[in-house]
Amino acid sequence: MSGGLFDIPSDLQNSYWGLVGLHLREALVPVAVGLVVALPIAQLCVRLRWLYPPVLWVTTVLYAIPSLAFFVVLIDYTGQTETTVMIPLGVYSLVVFVPAIVDGVRSVPQETLDAATAMGLGPVRRYFQVQLPIAAPAIIAGLRIATVSSISLVSVGMLIGNQGALGNLLHDGQIYNQSRLIWLSVIGTAVLAVVADALLVLVRILVTPWMPRGGRAPRPVDEPEPLTAALEDATR
Amino acid sequence: MIRIDSVTKRYPDGTVAVDNLSLDIPDRAITVFVGPSGCGKTTTLRMINRMIEPSSGTITIDGKDITKQPVNTLRRSMGYVIQNAGLFQHRTIVDNIATVPRLLGWDKARARARARELMERVGLDASLAKRYPYQLSGGQQQRVGVARALAADPPVLLMDEPFSAVDPVVRKGLQDELLRLQDELGKTIVFVTHDIDEAVKIGTMVAVMRTGGHLAQFAPPAELLSAPADGFVEDFLGADRGIRRLSFFSSAGLDLLTAPVVAVDATAEQIAARASKDVPYLLVTDVDGLPLGWAEPDRLTAGAVDTSRLLPYGRPFVHGEESLRAALDGAVLSPTGWAVAVDAGGRVTGVVSQQAVGEAIRTAHAEGRSDEKVAG
Ligand SMILES: Nc1ncnc2c1ncn2[C@@H]1O[C@H](COP(=O)(O)OP(=O)(O)OP(=O)(O)O)[C@@H](O)[C@H]1O
Ligand SMILES: [Mg+2]
Repeated sequence: MSGGLFDIPSDLQNSYWGLVGLHLREALVPVAVGLVVALPIAQLCVRLRWLYPPVLWVTTVLYAIPSLAFFVVLIDYTGQTETTVMIPLGVYSLVVFVPAIVDGVRSVPQETLDAATAMGLGPVRRYFQVQLPIAAPAIIAGLRIATVSSISLVSVGMLIGNQGALGNLLHDGQIYNQSRLIWLSVIGTAVLAVVADALLVLVRILVTPWMPRGGRAPRPVDEPEPLTAALEDATR
Repeated sequence: MIRIDSVTKRYPDGTVAVDNLSLDIPDRAITVFVGPSGCGKTTTLRMINRMIEPSSGTITIDGKDITKQPVNTLRRSMGYVIQNAGLFQHRTIVDNIATVPRLLGWDKARARARARELMERVGLDASLAKRYPYQLSGGQQQRVGVARALAADPPVLLMDEPFSAVDPVVRKGLQDELLRLQDELGKTIVFVTHDIDEAVKIGTMVAVMRTGGHLAQFAPPAELLSAPADGFVEDFLGADRGIRRLSFFSSAGLDLLTAPVVAVDATAEQIAARASKDVPYLLVTDVDGLPLGWAEPDRLTAGAVDTSRLLPYGRPFVHGEESLRAALDGAVLSPTGWAVAVDAGGRVTGVVSQQAVGEAIRTAHAEGRSDEKVAG
């Protein structure tokens, strides 16, 4: 039990790095599923304007339900498993994703949509080739929030018996009275969140070479700066 | 030929945007719809590519009802250009232009090669190909919009106020470019604008519409200016339609005087020989024949004229190429009352007085009237 900085109690049946991997899985799978579910919901809200307020209301109410309440209900069906932790996290992500995607898709200028229609792009092509790519920055902004909050929320999984990944260290730190474990949990979670966020920023830069950069006004005559050019090439 | 036959568009809220419109849009010509805001121009244009469906009436192309083919096939056979270009901000310039060829199943390399060819056509530098729309000026974006509409070589081009968001100088450039392109390509162009000057300048036929979606007059621009159908059209044409109509008369028929022109290094004898009673001034040119300004003969010093003391010569007109309007403008602008005629290279070919321009206008009008009689 003594020894290395990253040694952790055997009751967790995992190494520190194993816990990190588990933490990431429990945090990111719900976000990914949430995104996939939110896309059609958001598209429906864009097409049927009246649907958006009630949908938004439902996602907000769901967000207000404490995860513990979810666990109490879910435990009868999915037991003391990762799934029980991930379901509420996925549901929570909707409150971020639905408005992010709706706003993103709505931000596509009417002229652009008209041009697409006039060129003979049907609704499906228009969605995948025009609306979704242009909504990408807004969607990724939502993705960053959902990811970071999901990473921090995973820890509550410790409430249903060692399903909180890095969060379990908080519990162990208390019962074994070892502040090192608590620090490992807190700092580990924070580092994961920061790194994930940074990666998403990078993804955003890579997939949106078409965005004006650095808040500067568009420069019609200058050559693109080398970094931009390099990133553009990388994405092609 | 695109035939619009008794077409009415009533929006769900009851607005009648187009009211029983019938007209034939000729092939390989520019037909302009012009009229005040809200008179139904955009609605009319969009019924042609079925972005809006008429409430009643039919539209046929070469006798074929446009509703009888798949809507996206119809749209891909028609280029569409709008205000602010409506470019895809997430695609490079080449990929914007290559959109329709790609939709038609061309492979990427061929579509991009075609896109680059079109960039050249519309006067865009090849170095812009890999840029994104935000990196282009408004005028450049508008050219991309035109190139994109032309990419799959559609027989029909629909243009909805394509040049109204750019400044007047760029707009004039784009208009000239469109006319030049049309000379090369011979498309059937339907062009919407609220700017009557633009309509008169680029239209082969002009349809003036009035609020409520009524067709007020459908005629070639010269006829519109000389014989407006009613008070509404006359008002819409504006106050100086007499002057504007001169744009349709060539300056080729003007008799130029070449005598009152001297070079800046003329000798005293040359100056004396060129001065005459009919012309109180001499036009001084540089040694290459480019105009410098007017001067009274006795104020000219032989060998080296003091060019800083010359009278301005206004705006020279290109003889034979520009219209009587340009000639008159040149004569009015010059304090001497004489217009300077130049060749395409800007070298002076002669001068002409306001009186002579006026005489040519009277002659042209007389001939114009007889033309209209012939035309019916
Ligand atoms: N979707 C719609 N529903 C109801 N009315 C409409 C709709 N679209 C256009 N209108 C009305 O139809 C009339 C014609 O509109 P249209 O857009 O064709 O005008 P326009 O001549 O193109 O005008 P502008 O020069 O301002 O572009 C206007 O009174 C407009 O308010
Ligand atoms: Mg309009």
